[in-house]
Amino acid sequence: MGAGMKKLINRPEDAVREALEGVATAHGDRLRVHSGPNYIVRADAPVRGKVALVSGGGSGHEPMHGGFVGLGMLDAACPGEVFTCPTPDQMLAATKAVDGGAGVLHIVKNYTGDVMNFEMAAELAQDEGIAVEPVVIDDDVAVKDSLYTAGRRGVGATVLAEKICGAAAEQRRPLAEVAGLCRKVNANARSMGVALTSCTVPMAGKPTFELGADEMEVGVGIHGEPGRERRALAPAHEIVEELASAILDDLPFTRGDEVLAFVNGMGGTPLMELYVVYNELHKLLGGRGISVTRNLVGSYITALDMAGCSITLLRLDDELTALWDAPVNTTGLRWGV
Amino acid sequence: MSETVTQEDVGAWMRAFAKAVAANREYLTDLDAAIGDADHGSNMDRGMKAVVGKLDALGEPEESGESAAGAAGAVGALLKTVGMTLVSTVGGAAGPLYGTLFLDMGKAAGGAEELTVARWAAVLKAGVEGVQARGKAELGDKTMIDALVPATEALRVAALSGRSLADALQGAAAAAEQGMKATIPLVARKGRASYLGERSAGHQDPGATSSWLLMQAAAEALAPGAPSARPGT
Repeated sequence: MGAGMKKLINRPEDAVREALEGVATAHGDRLRVHSGPNYIVRADAPVRGKVALVSGGGSGHEPMHGGFVGLGMLDAACPGEVFTCPTPDQMLAATKAVDGGAGVLHIVKNYTGDVMNFEMAAELAQDEGIAVEPVVIDDDVAVKDSLYTAGRRGVGATVLAEKICGAAAEQRRPLAEVAGLCRKVNANARSMGVALTSCTVPMAGKPTFELGADEMEVGVGIHGEPGRERRALAPAHEIVEELASAILDDLPFTRGDEVLAFVNGMGGTPLMELYVVYNELHKLLGGRGISVTRNLVGSYITALDMAGCSITLLRLDDELTALWDAPVNTTGLRWGV
Repeated sequence: MSETVTQEDVGAWMRAFAKAVAANREYLTDLDAAIGDADHGSNMDRGMKAVVGKLDALGEPEESGESAAGAAGAVGALLKTVGMTLVSTVGGAAGPLYGTLFLDMGKAAGGAEELTVARWAAVLKAGVEGVQARGKAELGDKTMIDALVPATEALRVAALSGRSLADALQGAAAAAEQGMKATIPLVARKGRASYLGERSAGHQDPGATSSWLLMQAAAEALAPGAPSARPGT
């Protein structure tokens, strides 16, 4: 283990496998964990006649995605190595394991590796006669979306899309409609994050980036990628003002909108601080005539031990609200059951 | 040395590349930490260790070149095995990109048991074109393409001018090195580094660096006497 790295692990190279074994041991009643290739499926998969939802990404973002497998959300999740997207053989095996005959939605966060690996997996699954529709989530306003970048990153909206599309699939809506809803969530959601510390990848053994004791990285990504700017740490109300303004101006959200406000912890920030942030966000939105009709506060899409948070706002209508309220039973999100 | 590339040569090349990746694991990861997500070294090392495992299982000789076992076997088949192994073990962007490189080289090599320099240059070109189609990167986007395209071009020209295999591979490695170094001032337009915009300038691209190691490994394994790859040179 690298000098200065303090983690509750055995050997860095075993951490992902041992964590998956822990998930299998803890939640064997609801989930099945397959190894070689690695994927997590709901215990009752495949569900006949239901569109199946498959997502995946690097490990280190827990509870995303494995914690969102279950009734009303994902059918399968493919965990990669830490901060490394999973491979096409995992996605193919997961897709085959959950296909209930109604097709499979791949929910893909917009990172170069994720997009290419899911693309190869979709080609392989289609070769085997499974209908696959991929939707790419790209909600992070910190990143400029242009021809000269890989485009916006997929962050907090992924959690909301998985919940809402999972509910639609439980209602036996067809693949094209569930995929359409996924794009609708993505089109109406925007996010931005801030880091107060770096994170440490177990295999690297040292912090991914250096951040001074009195500095913060505004617009940070969920792998510790740098964002818009590095500047002096500010009080919570100023940080919320900066993140929320960037989000509101981008869509743009306007007076009279109803939103779901999602304050997400990056892994190393106490829930108390997330509620301080939520309180500021609620006040700010109220002041701009935007009403928060649903909320989610907690650490759902994390970056290992990074301290910091992200804010995601999703513009709601009756359809999205009803799907958000529908029952969900996963280890990460649970209500209505 | 022989003037053709055989399945055994591909095995030796892969073993040399695996050694180079292992020796440069920290270096690749440090380069990636500067403009990416600090996993390129460990991902490539995991993938190449799996490739070596596959080679061992296939009964390839332990060390390059000296085996009397003969070189029979389709070059394309081994290249495809390497590609599938990388696709399923590397992850990240490098998995599908390096996987596609070898899968498409394998398709181009087909069932041939030995390839001339000219044919080998065409095989490499097919693989590199596959990488470009998968990743949609152009020359100058600060990616592995910036090392692979010049190497491919150098190999093609060397074959046309009738140079020996050893000379051609050394020329390709030198071109890859030049292309790799030329990524330093570039602003990234693809992959995670592109999120940094101007802040990506001043850093050498980790993908171009592993691609240089790949070309260097070919020169080392198939053209004895070539200088070894050292980190940071």
